[in-house]
Amino acid sequence: MPQLDRTPQARFITRLAAVLPLPIMQPVLDRIVRRIAASHSEIFDRLGSYRYSTYVIDTEDLPFALVLSPDPDQPKLRAVKRKDLPPHDARITGTFLSLFKLIDTGEDGDALFFSRTLLISGDTEAVVRLRNALDDVDGSIAADAAGLFGLTGRFVLSRLRHSTAPSL
Amino acid sequence: MPLDSATSELVCPAGTPAALRTAVDAGADSIYCGFQNETNARNFPGLNFTPDQLAGSVAYAHSRGAKVLLALNTYPPAGKFALWREAADLGAKLNVDAFIVADIGVAAYIKKNYPDRRLHLSVQAAAASPEAIRYYCETLAVKRVVLPRILTIPEIRQIKREIPCEIETFIFGNHGLMVEGRCSLTNYTTGLSTNMDGVCSPAADVEYRPEADGTLSTRLGAFTIDRFGPDETAGYPTICKGRYIAPGRPEGYYAFEEPVSLNLARLLSDLIGAGVNAFKIEGRQRSRSYVRSVVSAFRTAVDDVRAGREPDIADLLALTEGRKETQGAFETKKWR
Repeated sequence: MPQLDRTPQARFITRLAAVLPLPIMQPVLDRIVRRIAASHSEIFDRLGSYRYSTYVIDTEDLPFALVLSPDPDQPKLRAVKRKDLPPHDARITGTFLSLFKLIDTGEDGDALFFSRTLLISGDTEAVVRLRNALDDVDGSIAADAAGLFGLTGRFVLSRLRHSTAPSL
Repeated sequence: MPLDSATSELVCPAGTPAALRTAVDAGADSIYCGFQNETNARNFPGLNFTPDQLAGSVAYAHSRGAKVLLALNTYPPAGKFALWREAADLGAKLNVDAFIVADIGVAAYIKKNYPDRRLHLSVQAAAASPEAIRYYCETLAVKRVVLPRILTIPEIRQIKREIPCEIETFIFGNHGLMVEGRCSLTNYTTGLSTNMDGVCSPAADVEYRPEADGTLSTRLGAFTIDRFGPDETAGYPTICKGRYIAPGRPEGYYAFEEPVSLNLARLLSDLIGAGVNAFKIEGRQRSRSYVRSVVSAFRTAVDDVRAGREPDIADLLALTEGRKETQGAFETKKWR
């Protein structure tokens, strides 16, 4: 099982997520997924037919999972209680910070898999395609998402990066 | 004494245009890559380059003094040679600097039609003797051979004395010990051929099964090839790195090789001394983050060795398979 993050930032996010009603988060997730789909359409070429797949991104230290449907015409990212998960093609499990590092380009997915920090199950090809599609995006998807929310977004991004930076 | 800078090209992997730009920016002398089809040995889903992407990538590399090597290093099945011919034509049109080939037909086609382009002999050709390498050089005008990872440094030095071309060796990444180009384990298991379809352990046939106690089972096709305990590191789902139960070994053991990566950072100086002209980093299937970290580390190390300094060896253990590294046969044939 992946180890849980114990950094102050991770604890803060865990607590905040535990009290936030999921419907309040949904408009934020909608904006993020629409922005990324619109600004990085090349992702869909690498996904191929898997653009219509359903992925569960299981942030195991949060009280919910994210359900991603990349469909370019109707991209969806939803926060769902684990007991309410829909049928899905693949599941990627890790701590919030390890998954954050993946989309902030700071970490190698294979290395996270080797260390058992990241767990994948379901359709492996779906996961490999998603990984390769996201890795071909220049810059940081996390920064793109943070940029949607102005100063607040940039502050949160900066704190998350601080907490995931290797200690010297 | 500083070593000849012309003898230590850093050859780096790229599975996407973003990875190629990352490799160039991190100090690659050349980058190897492939098209999105069976013509190369990393034909993985969602990986590799379209012709347009390769055109842009070649322009990016050339504008910064780096070369692009196109991998056409699989074997065309009967009746399907046209795909390899078209890939060679496209590569030449897009101005790649060299082709990495394994099949003699592909090599002959490029030699005949594009005699100004360099031919590098892929590790997939498994040429490990002076006789074999000389044949490729004399018959097909091969300019460089990528040696299999089964030779010691003294053996490489001896081969170098007997061949008329450059030598490239792997220095980091996957430690494949099968006779490359002739391994049929994936074919036996999945029906797809590493050597003709370009994919070892195709993702569509890989299944990871997490169990309630934290154990992770890895399956390829109908075979369970490893079960990692809750506290064990994991490796790639390849048959050659599997752990098997056999007569007299009921506990299961790594029959061929354990999950481990090659790292020759500490042997760079010896390799240059043996006459190695180019160092290859494996990992077209890996992320930009891997490319950035590994290329930067070896750029620094190679530059240190060239300048006669003790190389600054960065710790790359976190990026290795199973979080373990080896110098394999390059150090001693007793590694297994």
